[in-house]
Amino acid sequence: MADIAAVEARGVTKIFGQGQDGVRALDDVSIAIRQNEFFTLLGPSGCGKTTLLRLIAGFEQPTSGEILLKGSPVEHLPPYRRAVNTVFQSYALFPHMTVAQNIAFGLEMRGSPKEKVQGVVEEMLALVKMTGLGGRRPAQLSGGQQQRVALARALANHPDVLLLDEPLSALDLKLRQEMRSELKNLQRRTGITFIFVTHDQEEALTMSDRIAVMSKGKIQQLGSPIGIYEQPVNRFVADFIGDTNFVEASVDGSAGEFVHCRAAGGLDFLANPTTNATAGAKVTLAIRPEKISLRMGGDAGTIAQTVYVGTDTNYEISLADGSRLTVRVQNAMDGRAQFAVGEKVGIEVPAGAARMLLD
Amino acid sequence: MSAPAIPSERVTQAQAVMRRRWLRSRWGLAAPALVIIGLFGVLPLAIMVIYSFLEAGEYGGVVWNFSTEAYVSFLFQRDIFDGHLIFSPDYLIIFVRSILFAAATTVICLALGFPTAYFMATRPVHQRTLWVFLITLPFWSNLLVRTLAVMLIIRDEGLINDVLMGLGLIHAPIVMLYTDGAVLLGLLYSFLPFMVLPLYASLEKMDFRLVEAGFDLYATRGKVLRRIIVPLARPGIVAGCLLVFIPAIGAYVTPLVLGGGKHLMIGDLVALQFASSRNWPLGSAQALILMVGVLVALLFYVRSTTGKAQALHG
Repeated sequence: MADIAAVEARGVTKIFGQGQDGVRALDDVSIAIRQNEFFTLLGPSGCGKTTLLRLIAGFEQPTSGEILLKGSPVEHLPPYRRAVNTVFQSYALFPHMTVAQNIAFGLEMRGSPKEKVQGVVEEMLALVKMTGLGGRRPAQLSGGQQQRVALARALANHPDVLLLDEPLSALDLKLRQEMRSELKNLQRRTGITFIFVTHDQEEALTMSDRIAVMSKGKIQQLGSPIGIYEQPVNRFVADFIGDTNFVEASVDGSAGEFVHCRAAGGLDFLANPTTNATAGAKVTLAIRPEKISLRMGGDAGTIAQTVYVGTDTNYEISLADGSRLTVRVQNAMDGRAQFAVGEKVGIEVPAGAARMLLD
Repeated sequence: MSAPAIPSERVTQAQAVMRRRWLRSRWGLAAPALVIIGLFGVLPLAIMVIYSFLEAGEYGGVVWNFSTEAYVSFLFQRDIFDGHLIFSPDYLIIFVRSILFAAATTVICLALGFPTAYFMATRPVHQRTLWVFLITLPFWSNLLVRTLAVMLIIRDEGLINDVLMGLGLIHAPIVMLYTDGAVLLGLLYSFLPFMVLPLYASLEKMDFRLVEAGFDLYATRGKVLRRIIVPLARPGIVAGCLLVFIPAIGAYVTPLVLGGGKHLMIGDLVALQFASSRNWPLGSAQALILMVGVLVALLFYVRSTTGKAQALHG
């Protein structure tokens, strides 16, 4: 069974509006989400991630292409016939019902016997740590509690797939961090496939088994959190997730498993190769600030600015040709910066730390 | 936090003065409305109550003798010879008819108005104003004129019969004017906007993501309507029903014009007492019986619904 995708999109395109004014929200998206997976759709607002979620839930129909749940097409199925439940961004709790009635709603609609519904409601309240609050109204709950009820209401139906549309975005930072680990735990315990939509890279990196980074209606990269962070394939992914230095360079020739590149600022890199790495080619390299180390007494660049960010200090280095490079260095025990503005430093980039981008 | 210390008693004194001023100004603001309501609302009502307990003057007006005759004659007729009372349900029948008419109008208005309001509330925001304008359009012309226009359409030589006969579908005109159906049609026509507008107001405020949530939780269209949309639109439904039922039960022009005087409603009956019958006490009594009846029904209704609402929100 594990080899059948829980959710699959095949060449899905969704255009809102018609003709010239039509907005292409999704552009030929194909994706397979495994069973029992915590899958995240990550991207800026307007990238099509919520549209894809709504197509899976059945609130919208694809303009072309098809959606499959557990291997069978669901085009003809309305939302209430799909074994999929959604946790809405606004929670969308029914204000005229109690917490318990909200949680029971899905089961009642499917005609579960009363005793069973009551049992499940209690179980769900315990699961989201809200035992004893079943008689409250949504309006009497805090944001975090409402979010738990929304989660319980969706999970009560034990769906094949749970869709979560930016469920943490309305919570404050502390609560958000708490809910992250709780969500991950819930997913492990229930074994339900979670499809999580967010624009928050940290949420995506900390919770997901796999992430699809989306932009302009297309999936830019699909991979594990480590893969996405360490090996971004293009400028968008490298830029959207984490901080990145983009360095324009030309390819010098191959050097073992790496490619030797020379940047305008006089720096040499041994970069991860990609298919377009022919000698003389102009390429863009992405280098994470924390992968670069600084050395006293060199003359590769001058410290232009230092920014203290708690655990680390960000140094902005001015290179020979005037371009800038950001380097992140972990602070010493006393928290004092190791380099001062105006100091000349040497720069060391380990082999493979520079990542050659496809565009 | 570091404001100069003011003796607390002076603070409370100043607060008390401000509070008195505020209260006075509020009464001041309400005064014009209170005067108008008192002069033209309460006073006429008081006159009505007094008149209903007096004797009728021979040529209209009242004779200042206390009498319960008006209330007695609402249900009974006095035998011409020995003066003993005989139960006579004539007026009662008109009352019951009026209630039935008003109830039917309310129910049909709700059935027609709900989909209309739902349609309006689901239009794009910039289009909604236009729909609201269209719904209120009939108010721009006089009710009597509009009712006469309805009469022109449904009478024997009216538009509908002309067209049907012209097409050869019928050979004799269908009698529509001066029937119960005509009265009901007229009532529906005049009161539908009063149902649509409050319904629209509450549906427009509704969060349609709740509808999606309902579908997501396996509720079919019918169940979403019954379990989510209708309960959330309840304030609009209650307001709409009141706004239709209460004026409909006292409707005067519509039954007069479209019912042709054969199909009386309470409003016409009361008017009759003050005009051709010249029995002001009876007219006053009938109007009061209607008012008290509606009031009592309303009280029961409001109590039963707020009881439910409190159970819902408490």
